[in-house]
Amino acid sequence: MKILVCISNVPDTTTKITFTNNNTQFNTNGVQFILNPYDEIALARAIELTDGGAGEVTVINVGEANTEPAIRKALAIGAANAVRINAPAHDAWFVANQLAAYVKEHPFDVILTGRESIDYNGSKVAGMLGELLNLPSVSIIKKLDINGNEGTVEREIEGGKEILTIPMPFVAGTAEGVAEPKIPNMRGIMSARTKPLAVVQPVEIKTFTEVIGYETPAPRGQVKLINTNETEKLVELLHTEAKVI
Amino acid sequence: MPVLVYTENAGGKFKKSIFEVVSYARAVADEAKTTLTAISIGDVKADELSLLGKYGADKVLQVTNSNLKNFVNQAYASVIAEAAKSEGADLVILSNSFSGRGLAPRVGVKLNAGVADGAISLPDFSGGKFTIKNTAFSGKAFATVELTSAKKVIALTPNSYHVIEKPAEAKVEDFTPEVKESDFKAMLKEIVQSTQKISLPDAEIVVSGGRGLKGPENWGMLEELADALGGALACSKPVSDAGWRPHSEHVGQTGIAVSPNLYIAIGISGAIQHLAGVSRSRVIVVINKDPEAPFFKVADYGIVGDAFEVVPKLIKAVKAYKTTV
Repeated sequence: MKILVCISNVPDTTTKITFTNNNTQFNTNGVQFILNPYDEIALARAIELTDGGAGEVTVINVGEANTEPAIRKALAIGAANAVRINAPAHDAWFVANQLAAYVKEHPFDVILTGRESIDYNGSKVAGMLGELLNLPSVSIIKKLDINGNEGTVEREIEGGKEILTIPMPFVAGTAEGVAEPKIPNMRGIMSARTKPLAVVQPVEIKTFTEVIGYETPAPRGQVKLINTNETEKLVELLHTEAKVI
Repeated sequence: MPVLVYTENAGGKFKKSIFEVVSYARAVADEAKTTLTAISIGDVKADELSLLGKYGADKVLQVTNSNLKNFVNQAYASVIAEAAKSEGADLVILSNSFSGRGLAPRVGVKLNAGVADGAISLPDFSGGKFTIKNTAFSGKAFATVELTSAKKVIALTPNSYHVIEKPAEAKVEDFTPEVKESDFKAMLKEIVQSTQKISLPDAEIVVSGGRGLKGPENWGMLEELADALGGALACSKPVSDAGWRPHSEHVGQTGIAVSPNLYIAIGISGAIQHLAGVSRSRVIVVINKDPEAPFFKVADYGIVGDAFEVVPKLIKAVKAYKTTV
């Protein structure tokens, strides 16, 4: 079984987000970049599913050379080899088309993405990739098992979950619950340096979205503190002042 | 050319988030001086379909093919794209629900359309450009994005637009798409309903607990408070990581982002990753015994006190208030 895990390079979750150039660019100054946490979950499950020679895991990233630390981390965690498509990840459409072009030449049985990247949160790549490759896809899964040539997945829905079967090859976006992220061990880190990392050139794609500006949430006013013995007052304020109950 | 809105149903009923998306689509159609067509797939009774008119749908396309009763994103995306083509719609709007997130990208590819996901504002196309505001950086920021394609798909974040009554005719027509066998590779086996009465993404009031509650056995009082308020339960990452509560309740940067009217955080310090997931809540109440907890900085109301002392009192106060209304 060949599994492809699509990974992104994103700002660390503790990053305070700021912008430059008149709020048109994300300020990367001093920002630590990491392997997207949802992609780590996908990778961990892919490694579990191919454990003991049951298959091989390849990771792929669309990015410039600065994403290589995240790729090496994925190799240290246990991917056998890696591919970097050498272009900035302009938007989901661009990324999905690059991935689709690669997969058309190099087929996989299972293609995993994180449910979303924690920077742009589009959760679009899995669905776009499925559509571009004419493969079934399922977004936001909490569980993934493989039986023969078929996956069984649990998909989150409002107020519950759906259990589906999905024949290979398929695309799925993983969320918490699918696996626990794996921490690379020393042997993994050493071997990651010599594992193959192929750099391929992007295909030409016309994109449809341009970010024209950013803003951060408006600050809230001063907190109104209420005494522990005055919970009635809080309820009253929530009713009359905040009008939320 | 009309705007097309996909109205997802849950067990034959439309949720509030769907009336939001219809109200939103109506406003967009008005701005574009055009009509609004809704498309409903699966078993929905005539009474329920007529509700779409109440919020502004001029026409409702009803798809009742027997093989489309259950959601399969590949097949549903084909149906929506086919409807967009037959209606001549250049703009498709749907809810950024769990299913919507599976559909929007597929519909986008089929129509060669740019996709605005997680939209939180009406689009602005007054100046010849089509721009729209979306959430970004997991709720830590918003991005205004220009869609440059001729066709567009908007996935609207739940709880970001009001339900507005604007009665229209809602003429119901049958729409029979040509669905291909190859669109049905994924198959639904079972739907498991959660035991929570109100689902977290739909909830207008959320009661959320953190490590300050010390253990899963202490969630009873949170449940009681949530029940009294008619709200849903949530938790912080350490709580779901420890297995005290399911992952589906984890609110924050790597869990789910919520935007309720009222978010009550109990025993949660307010790490930056958690705050990202709640920044779009209208009103935030924080109960924490540590006056230095960072959560107080982004709260509207706060009580500095021990949860085990405050929450029972708050339950009593809420119940007393509920008897007066």
